[in-house]
Amino acid sequence: MATERMSLVVFSGAADKLMAVATLATGAVAMGMEVELFLTFWGLEAFRKGTAKEQPPISAEFASYGPLMAELMQKKGVPHWLDTLRAARELGDLKIFACSATMELFEHTLDELEDVVDEVTGVATFVERAKEAKITLFI
Amino acid sequence: MNLPSGITIDKEIDARGSFCPGPLLELIRGVKSVPVGSVVAVLSSDPGSGKDIPLWIEKAKHEYLGAFAEDGYTRFVLRKVH
Repeated sequence: MATERMSLVVFSGAADKLMAVATLATGAVAMGMEVELFLTFWGLEAFRKGTAKEQPPISAEFASYGPLMAELMQKKGVPHWLDTLRAARELGDLKIFACSATMELFEHTLDELEDVVDEVTGVATFVERAKEAKITLFI
Repeated sequence: MNLPSGITIDKEIDARGSFCPGPLLELIRGVKSVPVGSVVAVLSSDPGSGKDIPLWIEKAKHEYLGAFAEDGYTRFVLRKVH
């Protein structure tokens, strides 16, 4: 049986949504799935070197919970989403692609992104791969 | 609750306090690190583990030896079969 795939579009750069991305990606590789993340817009910005570990914004509608969330996460030792993604890569097949249009728009190069990002691709590549995926989500 | 007689745990991982999917990840790492035939246990206080860990054990085709409730956590036990 071919490996089942999950393809996620990571549009949001909000830390709470990126935690969900990292948790889903980890769970899927743990269950033997192949996982692909397609980073675009603010989701891609969050993967610029150093950005992730700054105090990141959380979803705007819950912005007032930001300080509480940061405090609880620290108190309970919740791993950072970027570290969770690194762990997922060690565990199984996780690939991370950066959207070429966003790269052009913000004038980024691949080496400005965290080393977990594999390569720059266009939307056609994503669509072609996502159409074979069992799970696709836009986060 | 006690383990069935005749079963000795070769490696026990304490993942209490870790959130989903932390205990599962630690179990997977633990299973990778021991030889085939070993009995591995993970301690989890995450309420998702009750379903997630047996599901992974089944999917990964190891032998599930059971979940044993302790005070505030559960000990999940498997035998690595491949």
